[in-house]
Amino acid sequence: MSQLTRKDFQTNQEIRWCPGCGDYAILASMQKVLPELGIAREKVVFISGIGCSSRFPYYMNTYGFHTIHGRAPAIATGLKLTRPDLQVWVVTGDGDALSIGGNHLIHVLRRNVDVKILLFNNRIYGLTKGQYSPTSEAGKKAKSTPYGSIDAPFDPIRLALGAGASFVARSIDVEAAHLQGVLHRMASHRGAALVEIFQNCNVFNDGAFVTLTEKASKARSQLHLEHGKPLVFEDGKKGIRLNGLEPEIVPVGDGGVPESELLVWDEKAQPALAFLLAGMGPAFPTPIGIFRAEERAVHHELDEALQRRVTETLGDGDLEKLLGTGDTWTVP
Amino acid sequence: MGIPPPDSSTKPSRVLDTVTIRFCGDSGDGMQLSGGEFSRASAFAGNDLRTFPDFPAEIRAPAGTLAGVSGFQIQFSSQPVYTPGDRPDVLVAMNPAALRSNLADLRPGGTLIVNTGAFVAGNLAKAGYLANPIEDGSLDAFVVHGVDISKLTEAALHGSGLSTKEIARSKNMFALGLMLWLYQRPTEPILRHLQQRFAKKPEILAANEKVLLAGHAFGETAELFAGTYVVPPARIAPGRYRNVSGNQALAMGLIAAAKLSGLKGFLGSYPITPASDILHELSRHKNFGFTTFQAEDEIAAVSSAIGAAFGGNLGITTSSGPGIALKQEAINLAVMAELPLLVIDVQRGGPSTGLPTKTEQADLLQVLFGRNGESPLPVIAPATPSECFNAALEAVRIAVRYMTPVILLSDGSLANGQEPWKIPEIADLKPIDAPKRTKAEGFLPYERDNTTLARSWVAPGTPGLEHRIGGLEKDFLTGSVSYDPENHEKMVRVRAEKVRRVAQDYAPLEVEGPPDGRLLVVGWGSTYGAIRAAAAQLRSRGLPVSHVHLRNLNPLPMDLGGILQRFEKVVVPELNLGQLSIILRARYLVDAVGINAVKGKPLQVGDLAARIEEALS
Ligand SMILES: Cc1ncc(C[n+]2csc(CCOP(=O)(O)OP(=O)(O)O)c2C)c(N)n1
Ligand code: SF4
Repeated sequence: MSQLTRKDFQTNQEIRWCPGCGDYAILASMQKVLPELGIAREKVVFISGIGCSSRFPYYMNTYGFHTIHGRAPAIATGLKLTRPDLQVWVVTGDGDALSIGGNHLIHVLRRNVDVKILLFNNRIYGLTKGQYSPTSEAGKKAKSTPYGSIDAPFDPIRLALGAGASFVARSIDVEAAHLQGVLHRMASHRGAALVEIFQNCNVFNDGAFVTLTEKASKARSQLHLEHGKPLVFEDGKKGIRLNGLEPEIVPVGDGGVPESELLVWDEKAQPALAFLLAGMGPAFPTPIGIFRAEERAVHHELDEALQRRVTETLGDGDLEKLLGTGDTWTVP
Repeated sequence: MGIPPPDSSTKPSRVLDTVTIRFCGDSGDGMQLSGGEFSRASAFAGNDLRTFPDFPAEIRAPAGTLAGVSGFQIQFSSQPVYTPGDRPDVLVAMNPAALRSNLADLRPGGTLIVNTGAFVAGNLAKAGYLANPIEDGSLDAFVVHGVDISKLTEAALHGSGLSTKEIARSKNMFALGLMLWLYQRPTEPILRHLQQRFAKKPEILAANEKVLLAGHAFGETAELFAGTYVVPPARIAPGRYRNVSGNQALAMGLIAAAKLSGLKGFLGSYPITPASDILHELSRHKNFGFTTFQAEDEIAAVSSAIGAAFGGNLGITTSSGPGIALKQEAINLAVMAELPLLVIDVQRGGPSTGLPTKTEQADLLQVLFGRNGESPLPVIAPATPSECFNAALEAVRIAVRYMTPVILLSDGSLANGQEPWKIPEIADLKPIDAPKRTKAEGFLPYERDNTTLARSWVAPGTPGLEHRIGGLEKDFLTGSVSYDPENHEKMVRVRAEKVRRVAQDYAPLEVEGPPDGRLLVVGWGSTYGAIRAAAAQLRSRGLPVSHVHLRNLNPLPMDLGGILQRFEKVVVPELNLGQLSIILRARYLVDAVGINAVKGKPLQVGDLAARIEEALS
């Protein structure tokens, strides 16, 4: 196979996202990563639902299927069960994945279907022009909630952990290097991998993640989760320590607590720990990186093993025998 | 086994042509088993037969109540049989509730066998009887045989070590044994089946055998019955036969279709009565390389099947009306993406949850028109349980040849009803051609075949043919997203024309009875048997009644218009308020008159004949 480049994954389709949309950066990262995976282009499939983000497959020169609102995980499941040789990516938005498609999302994670899910979270409905979404903060003023929404938001990370996901991560559209690192990890993960990507919708929810992306505030608001490393932020000046079940922010270094007291990140630890971090609240920095990466039985492999086992016991399916099962009689 | 062969009977026997029996009792009484086993024995005796299991939606309604009554009807005959029979000649009622809810169907002068042991105060009250009907003369119009089946079963199992409950549960075997004796059915196939069924429970097996034989012996020795009846074997085409239900036939058809097409079979399904058995049956056969997936809901079920089809496999989903309603958006995606997909709708009484265990044909308009936009797709409907096998093959053939979703309309009575099926020779089954494109040069994702207008099927993984499809309108050739008004109209029309062309593959319609004249009955689906029998009955009385049955509901056969025009009057019996009538009126401008029934039950031959005759005058 000749070496593929980023260009090989671009299509001739006119890209129809608003200028300045965070989706462009995510697309660019994906097109950068795919040629690095050493996998043939025809073996890659993008399945999406409906929403701005779900236009993604049209812009990827691989196999692609832009389907219906919320159902991409279910379509991907049928594809993966019958075509385990393909690498299947799912592209979805916060409305697509968590509202209409919430049921399918939790089940694809619980089953550990070997698909890589990119959940573009802009905390708003983009394509339908600015209604609040299941990740919008309480009190969100949007087109359908002019007086502020009264609903509590979902946290996609906690939802995924609760559903038993074997790989859960978070990244940011404009943090190209970080996002690409996560995409690499997802590509090599066996099983369902979900990344929540904070994505700026500059038209309907501009600046939703601005404190995370602005140079001035970035260091104190991003907390990088790195396996085996203590949790520090603000250029190593602060860290996270566990006090019983309560995380607390502590100063590190001169006059602060020694690094050995800090929580050392373990992506294979009990999911409860990742759950705790995901829910630290607004007074804390926002964790970015891999919350959880666990090896566990993969859906299509279990199915293949089951089919093999049944075949070993019953022998290869014999149509003639099947049709003649049970009591038969012959009319002369 | 010590059963005397029927001909050694000391009692006289009478020859009958056709008999209809209904077993009824509490849903815990094992009536489905008795009925099923009786059918098995009748099939072995060489009769033609049709069965109709009828059970309550409640899994276990309180014992002895009207809500918990379960029934199983069988018509068996030395002539061809097309329905499970209108009114039973014999009713076996295991308790007062069963008697109360079934007695109205028993034909006047019919035979009633009642388990007197269950006619005690408590049960009578639960069934709403003020007095014991066996004693108060209210059953005088029938030939009543009171048998204390409860007590005789207990006596047979005395000292067996079984619990009272287990003993009570064996009553159905007594009733079965008695009926086997009465109609001189062989006991061997049943004993053989019981041995398989209870291979791991020798005590239960022994008890069942013992009670079955006790019932048989009781018939022989008790002075109740004057003699037995003989229903001679039917004249049936030579071959190897088995009994089959519609759901079993569908499941086998799907496995066969996968094999004949060389495609990997994939079923995505969510349980719903009366379709679940197809999922159950396919799930047992994982050694055929057939994947079954119990999805989280109907939408995921159909979506997973679409994912499988996109991957180049045989995607199938099964459901009933409420589930089909949920699947429609995804089916529309398959229409737009032009992917093959098989959707099986085992119809039941509606609207909404309706009558989950009862039959109806009221989803026709839903599957034809229940999707947004102009969304045509082929619809096919088998007419009998055994026809479900071929219908599955035909549906798959159409789906892959025309690159389209196909809906197969079965219903509750086909799903659970049984009839003898001549087992096809594998060598006689035609292969299903399911070509995939692999050539990269000149590839355009929506370019079409001249004859079928199908686009080509490309499985992901094929080098050089990478492309994107989806639910947005497509450009006529490239398949790229297109909002061009002219292109949209062109695509709407070409999708319609593609489906219209499916009719070019149909066999000509067959009209039973005169090819033209006074009256044509047009039917579809499971009403076939009743219509055919009613029409034949009327013709035998010299009335000009013809019958054409539609297996293909969309597109309609090209010769249908001509046939309709050759008759003065067209009547359309349906288990709905006139859905096919609407279509025929609209398409052919004929004054199609509906004969409609929506009782959750199959049509009865007698009623139908009377209503057709009325339409003649
Ligand atoms: C069945 C159905 N319901 C509603 C819609 C309308 N709809 C399209 S996208 C969307 C929300 C998308 O929001 P999100 O997933 O956050 O994606 P974004 O556009 O923000 O990327 C809705 C409600 C639809 N296409 N289909
Ligand atoms: S509406 Fe928002 S999410 Fe959609 S393309 Fe525009 S900026 Fe992007």
